[in-house]
Amino acid sequence: MSSLHSLDIQSLLAGYQKNDFSVQEVAKSCLEAISKKNPQLNALLEVSKDRVLARAAELDQKKSDAQRLKLFGVPIAIKDNILVKDWQCTAGSKILQGYRSPYTATTVARLEAEGAVVLGKANCDEFAMGSSNESSAFGPCRNPWDLERVPGGSSGGSAAAVAGSLCPAALGSDTGGSIRQPASLCGLVGIKPSYGRVSRFGAIAYASSLDQVGPLGKTVWDSARVLEVISGWDRFDATTSKAPVPSYSDALKESTLKGLKFGFCKSWLEGVDPAVQKAFENSMQLLKQAGAEIVEIDLPYTKYSLSVYYLIAPSEASSNLARYDGVHYGFRAPEFKDSETLYNRSRGQGFGKEVKLRIMLGTYALSAGYYDAFYLKATQVRKMIQQDFSNAFKKCDAVLTPTSPSTAFKLGEKSDDPLKMYLSDVFTLPVNLAGLPAVSIPCGLDDLRLPIGLQIIGRPFDELRLLQMARVHESLFGVLKHP
Amino acid sequence: MTDLNNKYEAVIGLEVHAQLLTKSKMFCSCANQFGAAINANICPVCTGQPGALPAVNRQAIELGVRAAMALNCQIRNESIFARKNYFYPDLPKGYQISQYEKPFCEKGSLTVRLKSGEQKQFGITRIHFEEDAGKNVHASHGTVVNLNRAGVPLIEIVSEPDMRTSHEAGQYLRALHSILQFGDICDGNMEQGNFRCDANISVRKRGDSKFGTKVELKNINSFRFVEKAIEYEIERQIDLVEKGEAIRQQTRTWNSSKNITELMREKESAHDYRYFPDPDLAPLVISEAWIKSIRSQMPEMPSQVLARFQKDYALSEYDAGVLTATKELASFYEQTAAKSKNPKASANWVANELLGRLNAAGKEIANSPVKAQQLGDLVTRIDQGEISGKIAKTVFEEMFLTGRNPAEIIKEKGLVQISDTGAIEVAIDKVIAANPSQVADYKAGKVKLLGFFVGQVMKETQGQANPGMVNELVKKKLD
Repeated sequence: MSSLHSLDIQSLLAGYQKNDFSVQEVAKSCLEAISKKNPQLNALLEVSKDRVLARAAELDQKKSDAQRLKLFGVPIAIKDNILVKDWQCTAGSKILQGYRSPYTATTVARLEAEGAVVLGKANCDEFAMGSSNESSAFGPCRNPWDLERVPGGSSGGSAAAVAGSLCPAALGSDTGGSIRQPASLCGLVGIKPSYGRVSRFGAIAYASSLDQVGPLGKTVWDSARVLEVISGWDRFDATTSKAPVPSYSDALKESTLKGLKFGFCKSWLEGVDPAVQKAFENSMQLLKQAGAEIVEIDLPYTKYSLSVYYLIAPSEASSNLARYDGVHYGFRAPEFKDSETLYNRSRGQGFGKEVKLRIMLGTYALSAGYYDAFYLKATQVRKMIQQDFSNAFKKCDAVLTPTSPSTAFKLGEKSDDPLKMYLSDVFTLPVNLAGLPAVSIPCGLDDLRLPIGLQIIGRPFDELRLLQMARVHESLFGVLKHP
Repeated sequence: MTDLNNKYEAVIGLEVHAQLLTKSKMFCSCANQFGAAINANICPVCTGQPGALPAVNRQAIELGVRAAMALNCQIRNESIFARKNYFYPDLPKGYQISQYEKPFCEKGSLTVRLKSGEQKQFGITRIHFEEDAGKNVHASHGTVVNLNRAGVPLIEIVSEPDMRTSHEAGQYLRALHSILQFGDICDGNMEQGNFRCDANISVRKRGDSKFGTKVELKNINSFRFVEKAIEYEIERQIDLVEKGEAIRQQTRTWNSSKNITELMREKESAHDYRYFPDPDLAPLVISEAWIKSIRSQMPEMPSQVLARFQKDYALSEYDAGVLTATKELASFYEQTAAKSKNPKASANWVANELLGRLNAAGKEIANSPVKAQQLGDLVTRIDQGEISGKIAKTVFEEMFLTGRNPAEIIKEKGLVQISDTGAIEVAIDKVIAANPSQVADYKAGKVKLLGFFVGQVMKETQGQANPGMVNELVKKKLD
């Protein structure tokens, strides 16, 4: 039973039903895998053996729940910007080093209510700002496919934990691609839900109007199952939707592409790695063979996505991160004279470079005299990008893009050039700006055997059909064998 | 200063922060409660923990809408919450959730009565929702941040710069205070800080249409201080202008022990609050249906209570005005009148005796040692002839000092009025026997002496005899 940790959710649930193994056996297997692989990967920042085993024992006592609960006995890693009571929550930042969560995020509470086991807290870029997991104050995380390479970011630890088979699934958060890009670089299925589909309560805010929590898993079914558990209206998050949540995983049986149209934008493929381009074209062929139609679309304003994103996200971040001030909790500079120096030093020493850069950008964009030209203008262009997509959805049912222009890059390769790093998210950013759901699924390997991801973007709150499309692709392309 | 006051006029606008009388805070379910132990009413939301999000308290919105209705404002069906960003230890999120470009209501008015008897209408620019900050408490071992108040719902009521004198400003504030109290919108306790006032003041030469440079007076915690601070500030500014000096845009505060305004900060150090729409909160939708249901539950406003007192209790406009000055007083009066079933006499007792006595003792109606039921009982006992009006004042004083019931005091001190014919006749006989020459004079036609005899009998009975009966019986005996 030493390979229990590498089973996917569907296999785990089937095994529990047949009484093939206990939750404790699965938990122990995961913990063993963690002690063996995590020192290299640095995917998990906190693992509490005691809490995990106690929870597993508790579930084994209630074996009958295995039939009823949607995630009975499923170990899940939680990105370290999502709070779980009594666990640390650092958001990858020194400023929250040692911070213990006083409450549990709605998403995690829903996972636990369905029988999931919180396995550990996953490494991430500081405050989810980054595309390589290198801005984490607790060291970079490595890609299980190639330890010299980044897993992507910001949910790099979540992706590496699943791809490295430390656990079958993880929660990440996605503000500009932070679930989909690491899913792509690690060969996983990652879902960025429609804005308002999943509660943000208990997820540390980076850019509130863009942030969504979502799953990373090895298969479409696994990610769909986690998504249906965490989705839905939450009275603690005023931006959640009351739209009903279908059973996504059950609906996958009815997946078909008959009569569906996929749109793609030729201009988006310029400058993309040849291997990525090839895999993308191959995917389009697969979908066509399965009965779908491919149409060309135009998204003229999406070329401003990067500029719009880097005004709106830092503006919101500059305000969201004001609470980390050394007064109430978290890191406080050891020496200060008055409240002014307490603030300056605590924030100066507590935040990393990328976070400071974005706080400054945002503060500037919101300042009197600049607000109209920057923040306000960006919100106006954002509406035009949204309009681009609603126009596109008159011609097609979903939009296809590569998830990332390249496969996993080496540690340090882009970390000194923010603009180069920001370009990693060029295909994913517009989706957050438009509030749409999107999924990244594996669609190939490059010459170095590094995974390539395909992004499918759906209509607002059309996760069901989006996942059915992804499932058809998966059934044709297959599931990657993880390292 | 009179000449100068003719030469200049002041322009005054007021900003009032009123805490709403909700059960819980603006964006979380913590209790909205004054005076709890330090940090007893806090949670992840109001302490700004990572990941916590605000959820709007509907009761706060309803109370705000009530205020908007009472102040004749136009209510916006869709308004926006905005973040006001600044760093201060009592502000746990590093921003305050407020409303900026699109407040929930605008363009209202408030009509007040001035001491001249004239009615004057002042414009209300806007009312918006916001959350209160916590409080830094300075203790011997350092500063403690108490977050019980953090997130308490507030409305900020901004007036037009329509007031010209401290009296107008004072009357505007009193009327506003009374409306908020009668509407159960705000407790209105200025000492506890749940009704706070800032004043913007400038002066200009009479006839000028342009405003002078304004000075903001912050956190003044009584009506009287507001008036005094404004008076002082007007004189200070006129003085500067007369000396040819420029008025600097400043924030000043009232020092009530020195009776002067003092500089808090210059405009140069003013914040850039970087307001922007709060992405955590959807636009606040106040539908017509909701407005209608709030209107149907609107409590009686002071002007309505005043009219009702005149009509139902046959009170003069003056008495009704006195008795509706505060909600507590009006309610005290109504309870007294209900108990005594004599509204007119109750009005006299509350408005004259009780208020006078409270004033002398420096007490508020809320802490009156005499309760409404007790005062009503006292009035009944006068009406039923148990005690005379004069004795009642003695009883009232004792009630005020001890808080005891009138029956107890009357019994213990033996103050029951003598209405027993026999007992009064015994006293009359005694007086007649002791004053033979006056009796002779009376019989000879000096009828004015009747008063003398009545007085003597009252003295004989230590004032307890029923004066009407004494009068009647003396006459009967002598005639």
